[in-house]
This record gives sequence, C-alpha cells and structure tokens, in this order.
Amino acid sequence: MSVQFISGNDAFALGVLLAKPAVISAYPITPQTVVVERLSEYVADGLLAANFIHVESEHSALSCAIGASAAGVRTFTATSSQGLLYMAECLPYAAGGRFPIVMMNANRALALPWNIYGDQSDSLSQLSCGWIQAYAENAQEALDLALMAFRIAEDARVSVPFMVNLDGFHLTHTYEPVDVPEQELADKFLPEFQTDNKIDFDKPVNMAFSAGPGHNKQFRIAHHNAMLRAFDAIAEAEKDFADIFGRKYTGALDAYRTDDADFVLVTLGSVSGLARSVADELREEGIRAGVLRLRYIRPFPGKEIAAILNGKRAAVLEKDLAAGRGGAVFTEVASVTAAATLSAIGGLGGEDIPAAAIRGIFKTLADEPETEVLYL
Amino acid sequence: MLKPTLHSGEFTYPEGTYFEAGYLTQKNAGWRTMRPVLDDAACIGCLQCYLHCPDGTIFETEDGKIGFDLDFCKGCGICVKACPKGAIAMKPEREAGQ
Repeated sequence: MSVQFISGNDAFALGVLLAKPAVISAYPITPQTVVVERLSEYVADGLLAANFIHVESEHSALSCAIGASAAGVRTFTATSSQGLLYMAECLPYAAGGRFPIVMMNANRALALPWNIYGDQSDSLSQLSCGWIQAYAENAQEALDLALMAFRIAEDARVSVPFMVNLDGFHLTHTYEPVDVPEQELADKFLPEFQTDNKIDFDKPVNMAFSAGPGHNKQFRIAHHNAMLRAFDAIAEAEKDFADIFGRKYTGALDAYRTDDADFVLVTLGSVSGLARSVADELREEGIRAGVLRLRYIRPFPGKEIAAILNGKRAAVLEKDLAAGRGGAVFTEVASVTAAATLSAIGGLGGEDIPAAAIRGIFKTLADEPETEVLYL
Repeated sequence: MLKPTLHSGEFTYPEGTYFEAGYLTQKNAGWRTMRPVLDDAACIGCLQCYLHCPDGTIFETEDGKIGFDLDFCKGCGICVKACPKGAIAMKPEREAGQ
C-alpha cells in the first residue's frame, strides 16, 4: 500500500493495471486521454502484460473489445462524449452478447455546441444500452471502482459490461492523495476471469447468434434479470473489498444525513462532496438537509431511493438536460417517488457548480415548493 | 436429409447469446402466399431446383423424388424457373389444403 498524489485518470489507470486485463483497445479523447496514455506506458514498460491495441476509432475500440472478450479474456476500453456515441452501435452488442467488458467513460458534454468540458449528457444518453453504470465521486473511488467493475461484471450471475463514469476534468484531472493497493491484495480480491461465453475449440459453442420474434424476449428478460442480480454481486464485492482493503462502500446509494432530513439533494458524481458540506452548513442553521448520492444508476435502485426519500422533499441535481423532457436522472428518481419535486440542472458544458448554487437548491426546495425546475 | 430441429416446449434458454452447437430458429414460412407443388410424373430428378433454391428447402426424398421443406420455403418460385421440364407449379396457399 502506498499513498500517491494523482489525478482521477491516473488513479483509474492504476486500478486497471492492478486488474491485469489481457487486452486494452482504446482511442484517446479529451478528457480520458491520460488513462490511455498511462496504460500504454505500462504495457510499453513491461509492467502490464496486456495486448494494447491501437485502433482508428471508438467504434473499432469497442468492436475490438467485444472480440477480445469473446476470446475469453479480461478486456478494458475507455472513452468520452462523442467517442461514447461513436461506440453506440456496439454498446448493446456488447451488453446483449453478455461480454463483461469494463469501460471508463470520462463524462463530457455532447456537441453541438462543441465543448470539451465535463457534464453527464454522454453516459446519461445511454442508460438503456444494457451496461451497468456507476459514477465515481473522487479519485480513490475511481481506482476502487476499476477493481470492483471487473469483479462485478465478470460475476457469473451478472456477466454484463460495466461503465465507470468519472466527471470530466473535475475528477479526471484533479489531483488527490490516493491509497494504491498492493498487487497481492488486488489479486486476492479479483479472481482470474473465467467464462463459457468464449471461443474454445475444446468446448465449441454458437456465439452471438440471432433470435427471432419467438425467442428474442427471453434474452432481453434474462439480461434485465442479470442486471438486477448485480445488486447482490455489488454487495458481495464491497464486503470482500472492505475486508481486504479496509475501505467501505455502500452499494448503489450513498446516503448522507438523510435519516432525519426534511430536504434531500440527490446527486451523482464529483459534486456530491460539496453538496454534503453545504448540507452540514444548513444543518448548523437549523435546516435539516441531507444528500443522497447515486453510485449506480444501472441497475437502478428504485425501491431503496423511494424508501430513503419517503416523507421528505427532494431535488435532483444533474449535469444534463434531455431536450423535450428535462433531467434524465430527475425523470428516473421521480418515477419511483413523489418526494422528488425539483429538478436542478447545472454544470452543463463544464460550468462550475458553486456552494451558493447548491444552497440555492435547498432554499428553493424549502421555500418555493411549487418550483419544478431550476437552471443553475 | 438433415432438417433443423425446432426448439419448443420445455427448451431451456441459455443465459446469454451462446450455447452448445445447435439451432435457435423458427419456422419462417409465415409470409408465403404461394407454395411449390411438384408434378411427379414430369420430374426427371435433375435437382436443378435443389441447386437453385436460395433457402435450401428442397431435398431428395428416400424414394428418389423431390420434397419441399414447407417450414422454411418462402415461396419465391425460383425452383419453377429453374425446372427444365416445367414440373413445378406455384399454387396459392389458400388452395393448398384442397
């Protein structure tokens, strides 16, 4: 174990190094580039015995990853924004094929207007593509999620690809002290990848086949159920993780001072720490505020969200705006509880979300219950 | 002739899109409006129809005659054009039972 002062991208790259993937295929794109650079350096320096495949596009990056996973090996890719959308055709292909590929997505705004800064429009536009989606809050969690993503995705009960999201720049490029585990402990946590979903001359199978109208739904339903089983795999992985590394995570949700709260702000990603400190300040002023961070949005922990928000009033703060509908995360949360009354849209195109703006969300929630949307 | 076995009833689906070599198929003749009918007496067994059938639904029966796999024949009529003796005719499905 060593503590290093590194960025979110560096931390994630170290997590992938510890997971020892056999194939990495990726195309660089701001703000994910550092991850790809680090991993290619590890391979070039002989620290990582992986086949690093330089591809000509993100579509090829994920196509290549699908092929590698179909060969039965641990596979990693990374992208961001337009790159994720360039992969879009392959996303459900990897998911429906049940290939447990791990991808890091550096959350970045979608064009147009062109913008390289961080918001969550990219991954939130792909909620239905069949991948697990987790959102890291800080660099430590980014590293830890890199390890857990392989474990959960490759769990035989799950076998679904896993997208770990890091807020572009706010998390990918911010330096923090990060506890980097020893390889020996990482090996203890993460078993070797084993699957029957592979090309194997000794045990031949039909792979990636068609299923017409009479059979198709069976595979869709099985995929959905596998995603729901991921909750168990997440819980078990986090328990082992705490035993081995001493850091505890709380499943799909991270609730802060919500038990006796009147007003709860639902968040995801790196803004959550600031939201918690604002909640602390408000508590000192007599306003019972809490924060509910979504660590996972796929699978969606709807019942748990509804239980935590029951009897309270909640706002959802997210960095996206689905034109013609509103906030994608608000839509999800409001679908399971009437407690969510206020949609706060902020951080679009990388705009800073200051503490005063978060305070404003709580104030609006408390003083103007009829307000439905707040553009920070 | 090896004809595909259709999975039905108690068939257990694989967890993902992979399983031991086999078929996962359905009868796809639902869109056929005309079906081929053979005049046995005119057929000379040249198998031109077998060679031309785009879906591989024509086969030689045990008694050396020509058969059509009507689970998979889509009714395109290419066999009619391929037959040098005019031994195959397309008959409307609604009359097929008569």
